[in-house]
Amino acid sequence: MKKTVFFGALTAAGLVAGLASAGTLEDVKARGTLNCGVSTGVPGFAEPDANGKWQGFDIAVCRAVAAAVLGDNNAIEFVPTTGKTRFTSLASGEIDMLARNTTWTLSRDVDLKFDFVGVNYYDGQGFMVKASTGITSASSPEIDGVTVCIQTGTTSELNLSDHFRSIGMSYEPLPVESGSEAVANYMAGTCDMFTTDRSALAARRATQEVPTDHVVLPEIISKEPLGPLVRHGDNEWGDVVRWTLNALITAEEFGVTAANAEKLSAGTENAEINRLLGSEGTMGEMLGLDADWAKRAIMSEGNYGEIFEANIGADTIIGLPRGVNAMWTNGGLIYSPPFR
Amino acid sequence: MAENNASFVRHELIKEQVPPVSERGLVKWVRENLFSSPFNAIMTVLSLWVIYSIIAGSAPWFINGVWNASSVRECYDILDGVSGACFAVLKERFPQLIYGFKYPATEYWRPNITTLLLLVALAPVLFRKLPRQLLAFSIIYPFLAYWLIWGGTILVPVVAFLGFAAGVYCFRRFSTNAFALGVIVGVIVASIFWLFGGYLSEANETFLSLQAVPSRDMGGLMLNLLLGTIACSVSIPLGIFLALGRQSSMPIIKWICVVFIEFIRGVPLITLLFVANVILAFFFPPDTSIDLILRVIIMMTFFNSAYIAEVVRGGLAALPSGQYEAANSLGLDYAQSMRLIILPQALKISIPGIVNVSVGMLKDTTLVSIISMFDLVGMIRGPILSTSEWNGVYWELFGCAAAIFFVVCFSISKYSQWLERQLETSNR
Amino acid sequence: MSTFTSTERETFRLSMLLNDRRYRSYTFQFFALLVLICIISYLGKNLVENLAKAGLNISYGFLEDPAGYDINQRLIEYNSQSSHLRAAMVGILNTLLVAVLGCITATVLGVTAGILRLSNNWIVAKLMAIYVEIFRNVPILIWILIISSIFMGVLPQPRAFKGENPDATMLWDMFAFTGRGIYAPGPIFFEGSLVVIGTFVLSILSIIVLRRHARRKLYSEGRVIKTGWPSIALFFIPTILIYYAFGSPIGLEYPELKGFNFKGGIYARGSLISLWFALSIYTGAFIAEVVRAGIQSVDKGQTEAAAALGLRNNFIMNLVILPQALRVIIPPMISFYLNITKNSSLALAVGYMDITGTLGGITLNQTGRAIEAVLLLMLFYLVISLSISAVMNIYNRSIMLKER
Repeated sequence: MKKTVFFGALTAAGLVAGLASAGTLEDVKARGTLNCGVSTGVPGFAEPDANGKWQGFDIAVCRAVAAAVLGDNNAIEFVPTTGKTRFTSLASGEIDMLARNTTWTLSRDVDLKFDFVGVNYYDGQGFMVKASTGITSASSPEIDGVTVCIQTGTTSELNLSDHFRSIGMSYEPLPVESGSEAVANYMAGTCDMFTTDRSALAARRATQEVPTDHVVLPEIISKEPLGPLVRHGDNEWGDVVRWTLNALITAEEFGVTAANAEKLSAGTENAEINRLLGSEGTMGEMLGLDADWAKRAIMSEGNYGEIFEANIGADTIIGLPRGVNAMWTNGGLIYSPPFR
Repeated sequence: MAENNASFVRHELIKEQVPPVSERGLVKWVRENLFSSPFNAIMTVLSLWVIYSIIAGSAPWFINGVWNASSVRECYDILDGVSGACFAVLKERFPQLIYGFKYPATEYWRPNITTLLLLVALAPVLFRKLPRQLLAFSIIYPFLAYWLIWGGTILVPVVAFLGFAAGVYCFRRFSTNAFALGVIVGVIVASIFWLFGGYLSEANETFLSLQAVPSRDMGGLMLNLLLGTIACSVSIPLGIFLALGRQSSMPIIKWICVVFIEFIRGVPLITLLFVANVILAFFFPPDTSIDLILRVIIMMTFFNSAYIAEVVRGGLAALPSGQYEAANSLGLDYAQSMRLIILPQALKISIPGIVNVSVGMLKDTTLVSIISMFDLVGMIRGPILSTSEWNGVYWELFGCAAAIFFVVCFSISKYSQWLERQLETSNR
Repeated sequence: MSTFTSTERETFRLSMLLNDRRYRSYTFQFFALLVLICIISYLGKNLVENLAKAGLNISYGFLEDPAGYDINQRLIEYNSQSSHLRAAMVGILNTLLVAVLGCITATVLGVTAGILRLSNNWIVAKLMAIYVEIFRNVPILIWILIISSIFMGVLPQPRAFKGENPDATMLWDMFAFTGRGIYAPGPIFFEGSLVVIGTFVLSILSIIVLRRHARRKLYSEGRVIKTGWPSIALFFIPTILIYYAFGSPIGLEYPELKGFNFKGGIYARGSLISLWFALSIYTGAFIAEVVRAGIQSVDKGQTEAAAALGLRNNFIMNLVILPQALRVIIPPMISFYLNITKNSSLALAVGYMDITGTLGGITLNQTGRAIEAVLLLMLFYLVISLSISAVMNIYNRSIMLKER
């Protein structure tokens, strides 16, 4: 309904998105790009490189969805969001999905009206201190009166408050807008402790000059299941994002990688792989996509395990172990419902 | 008689003596300007000490500055414990600071040319001695700038301009009879042009086309200037209307303007940016999404126009009421008297104030970094400082941002003072 | 003539709504109101539809819920179990604190710089000109960030004060300048301290009365009563006598390094100081310009006339120049004070927990009630702004009345 060139100009400038149709899936297809909300920068999870190309663990999920829906894993508009803006951006339709280490909680799911489509990283809140302080535990009496750097707008503030209340000790919160500023304060010694999800702690620790100068304390004070989320009530779109994530997980379980997906898609003895890659059944059609959707998603950045290893795994500077994020077959929690 | 008795009369002038040392040259200047009283002497010594400590403190930092390194650690290695700046970050990330990190590198010439042309377009508006024909370029400029910055086919701005021109022509033609008729006809004609032009430009999207750059990809100083320029240029006419509305004798219109102005002036810009960021989207029709940058421009324009309205109101109030009465007695209607008599004088008085408000607006555009837009400050706080290479390089980056803003804002305010003097003399 | 008008009024034509001056203004206002109502109802309709679509509603019930987060600087009782409303109150007080502190120091700084800029000392005048130009022309956000990075990068951390040979020491064992803020001795009150404070207040009042009396005598009888030494004596002697008579009921508590931080005394956090300092020097630069313009606006003849009357320099300044200059200075000062209050919302950038940080920050994030929180936030600033300008306008008018 572009009536005048005035609107045409605004649309061309990307200022006004085209008037929408029934669902997000159709919108994304019509628009040709996926608007994916990401954080303003967490090493390993989402960060723009020197050329402005976004990469990271959360980014890979966006790219997989774009590959599955649009066939091009670069057809994405990454929208940086802060803790404050992420939910309103999603609620107002500015972004189609949010892949920004967001904790799945009841109030967000129910009260804020979002749908968490799954969990791509099981995390917990932890603490990091400088090794020179000699602190070994976040519940020992010696931490009384400690100054703690914390990123505002996250669940970690509430957890931190609960933790210190439960151990009956005082602390001084130092709220900071972004993770990188929290680290800067911590490094300068403005605060003695830095608290956030343990994955991010590991990432921050790894990027320090001498990582061994910093200790991540053993306490895990909360459960932080992180995952992508979409608006409540648009189930077709939620299904697409959910099953793209599941496809990545299933691919790891059955050994489908970015390298061999093309070959395996010709057909194998394993029916589950065949259904996943579209040589058997009509999974793609049910989702409103074509038969190759999962193959493209996997070939975008690899299966779940490959994405993990490439961005935050043991061989990267972040160096996170799989831990609870291993496949369920290896004793972890990563599990996908069957493709059937 | 007395002449003869005169014992001594000097017949030639004494040669002029050099003033005493304490009353001439440098010594006199120093005595008068620096050591005229004990208090002054103390102040002088104190000031010299302040200047010395600032220079002594920062000179090594500048002199030892490292310009070639790929990360802050490499900088520290090169400095080897000596105090020194790590200017390498400026060198490596300079394009990011100016254009943001997503504007295509091959297209940097476009914002550059746009900025240069902005100076050309502003020249005839500001310097009255230039030929009036140059004003034509100032009118074309917004459309040209749009095409250069955002890219896409040139048909879009051309059609927009033609529609605009046709609308203005019709307005001129018909408003001689009735003002309202002129407005209505103008709007209708412009809309017709835009309607058909819209189809035309949609059909030929590749005609004379530059690579399209979406607004989200703008960043760095460019974003600051973009937001500042658009908000200022739109808010000046809006501000004038608000000021006229506030002076109006019609109570409803007056109160609408008063409430708007006082509301906007009563809240900080950052809350208006929150509105743009988290609330405004709820007020647009369902299923449309208006990009953050446009929402921010809307709020900034409102903000600026309220302040400009107050400046213009001051200008209107400063005019002697004889001017209003004279305009009325000539039989001019409201629009004519405003356009021909009142506003030209009032605006002349208000220009310094308008420039001040606009400089303030330009500085305030840095606030968008708080709502996760990557302007100059946002680029520094976000993508640059959060990388592991440049984590901790505050002074160099913020110092550079401060220097850039200083140069821009200082030259504008100097210009405004110059203009003030020009206008003063023309008054006499 | 009058009958002619009345007949015209009887034959009212529709076109008169547009062409007759008497009716045209009604037409315009009617249309303006119509347009306004249309816009508001259009926006309201969109809001309702959007909220319904997202399944949200507008409700202020969240203000009663426990906030769940801690705030480091609180002037009233608050813990994580207090309500969001209480958190907002803490934020409001923090905003007011930094705004008041900022207004005071900005005024002192600005007036000093403004007067010094007119000094006949060349180097001082130039230095002040540089100060004004540099601070006026760079965005305040950058100043706030730069000053907070001074705190972070330059000052020693509390850890540096530890050990046998600490890297940093306290100034006179009383003040500790750390990267986390400044610690200073604070008063502690024992029994009887109220009497001391009461005496002090009384002596201040009596000084004021004395000075009033002296001035009245001066104006009515032309007698000069010296107030200098008696004022100083009144200021110190009664309070000191009472203080010792009651056995030193007010003591000083020195900050002491305990664990990770200094304890005791007064603690001004780095975030507060960065914000306070940045607001002061930034606004101070603007005030300096206004003060300079104000003083320059007083005709030079006034100074010369006062000098001809034989007034001394400080009398010339206090009795002749300043009262006239103030009329030029006060109105823009009002808007600068308003600006300080509004700019204090940039606290966000340094993590100072003002109203924008609590209600507009953490509460907004944790509850997701963006519309409600931002509306409340704007309401607060609006109320503050309108009351400051109301109070200052009254003061302004009281000064202006003297003009004849």
